[in-house]
Amino acid sequence: MGNHDTVKRLHLMAQQLRVDVVEMIGVGKAGHLGGSLSLAEIVATLYFHKMRFDPTGLTDPDRDRFLLSKGHAVLIQYAALIEHGVIPRAELKQVKTLAGLQGHPDMANTPGMEAVTGSLGQGLSIGVGMALALRLDGRSSRVYVIMGDGELSEGQLWEAAMAARRFGVDNLTAIVDRNRVQATGPTKEVFDIPDIERKWEAFGWRVLTVNGHDVAEVLTALDDAEHVKGQPSVIVADTVKGKGVSFAEHNAAFHNGMFTEDQYRQAMAELETRRAELARA
Amino acid sequence: MAPVKNLREAYGQALVSLGKQNRHVVALEADLGKSTRSILFQGEFPDRYFEMGIAEQNMASTAAGLALASKIPFMHSFAVFASGRAFDQLRNSVCIPGLSVRICGSSCGLSDFGDGKTHQALEDVAIMRVLPGMTILCPADAIEVSKMVPRLLDWKGPVYLRINRNDLPFVTPEGEPYHIGKIWKLRDGADAAVFANGVMVSKALEAAEALAKEGVSVRVLNVSTIKPLDVESVIAHAAGVRAIVVAEEASVIGGLGAAVVEALRGVRHAPVEFVGVRDSFGASAENYEILLRHYGLTADAVADAVKRLLQAT
Repeated sequence: MGNHDTVKRLHLMAQQLRVDVVEMIGVGKAGHLGGSLSLAEIVATLYFHKMRFDPTGLTDPDRDRFLLSKGHAVLIQYAALIEHGVIPRAELKQVKTLAGLQGHPDMANTPGMEAVTGSLGQGLSIGVGMALALRLDGRSSRVYVIMGDGELSEGQLWEAAMAARRFGVDNLTAIVDRNRVQATGPTKEVFDIPDIERKWEAFGWRVLTVNGHDVAEVLTALDDAEHVKGQPSVIVADTVKGKGVSFAEHNAAFHNGMFTEDQYRQAMAELETRRAELARA
Repeated sequence: MAPVKNLREAYGQALVSLGKQNRHVVALEADLGKSTRSILFQGEFPDRYFEMGIAEQNMASTAAGLALASKIPFMHSFAVFASGRAFDQLRNSVCIPGLSVRICGSSCGLSDFGDGKTHQALEDVAIMRVLPGMTILCPADAIEVSKMVPRLLDWKGPVYLRINRNDLPFVTPEGEPYHIGKIWKLRDGADAAVFANGVMVSKALEAAEALAKEGVSVRVLNVSTIKPLDVESVIAHAAGVRAIVVAEEASVIGGLGAAVVEALRGVRHAPVEFVGVRDSFGASAENYEILLRHYGLTADAVADAVKRLLQAT
């Protein structure tokens, strides 16, 4: 769904988020590039269209909740919060510094963070707790939880999957960022988890599969998930790790990688070229 | 007016009262509700009770999520699982953001005497103590439980509560108002100070009584708040005596004894001895007293420790 203008605007925003992330890492500083870039369209769609999110009302109890269970990809969330004006743009240069933005989501330091995540496998459980609390209070807010496909090997996450079904939390949408690369290599080689959709189905979830870089598809799935009653939904999003920076795509070296001066310039040039294409479309 | 001698029952009743006071109080359980007595809360407030199945890790992070969305969650399991199985979840989901999650570690110490090593929590004090911002409570009797639980409504930050499985004698003063953090002097004395908590408070009082007959005067302190420890009060109570004994139903590594010694560092103080479990797992036994005797957690052990130190000085 979503009209042409909305989709175009969100694609452009996703590209801006990528530029922000690359700028955050800069030259000679390690950062979780790959899993941040794979999420750009999903994060742009949530933060700039789908979610009930007011940058001036971060504690509004009726807001939708965004939980990045794969907390290492927090750079893409910082980018969204910078574009919303929640985090000052100057902070972009202060990522992973003592006085600046932390390496993983930290509620003490950063406005707009909904939980502490980073020890993988915990975000979905936190989301279940929020969904239960919101339902008890009769609020219509939704909870969105983003997980990695590598993260699916964490056992706690499947405990949470069972609990979400058991309590029928239909105000919860999970998203699996299936970029098929984890820290030490392709998921197929490191720790292959086949039949991801069928696993979630067996756990009692409604499952939707999309191209995670196609905003129109993502939007449709998010809308569909909202209409599912009595059970939680998961969107399995096929994505490309490092999407948008050619030499980082599908490349485990950029799971937590570092740019040389030349690589940084090339990354920026590629992102700008693509942005110009999107603007013309 | 403690209606029962059993700490778990007193806990369950106090939790129900809390639920009546505040609609945001919710409970999570990992299939031990009949034992932890969270089942009493379920009976009164089925909509606010979440049976999470035998999945403590998910329970801990779910409690964090509930706390982040305005609830006051009480999560329940045996102490060994609540603290150990869910340690990383308590550390990351709960303690880093400093959430007001209440962790009921039931059947603490050796008190689940029949079930043995896997079900007895002797390490929980040490591992909970090292978590920044964690409050740790270890009540001595049912009276103290029923005073402690209401304080958990407004207390900020995570709390780990050690609840003994068995009936314990009444030792704490009924009338006095209770405050988290306070160290209670249950008996005065000039020769030695015994800091104790949980089941060891009654053992310490018994030891003091026996020692009095031998002309040794012992003050007994109930340190039911292990953390934050009232350092000033520890120093004050340790002053002037010739022997200091710390008695606890937990590992002597990293427990109350360690906390007391940490509090006394930098000040001149009498020699210290620990009565606790010495770097060991538990065991199954016919009854609680046999097990406590096996590990040297007795009034005699406390009295011997006092005498040993006094003879050495």
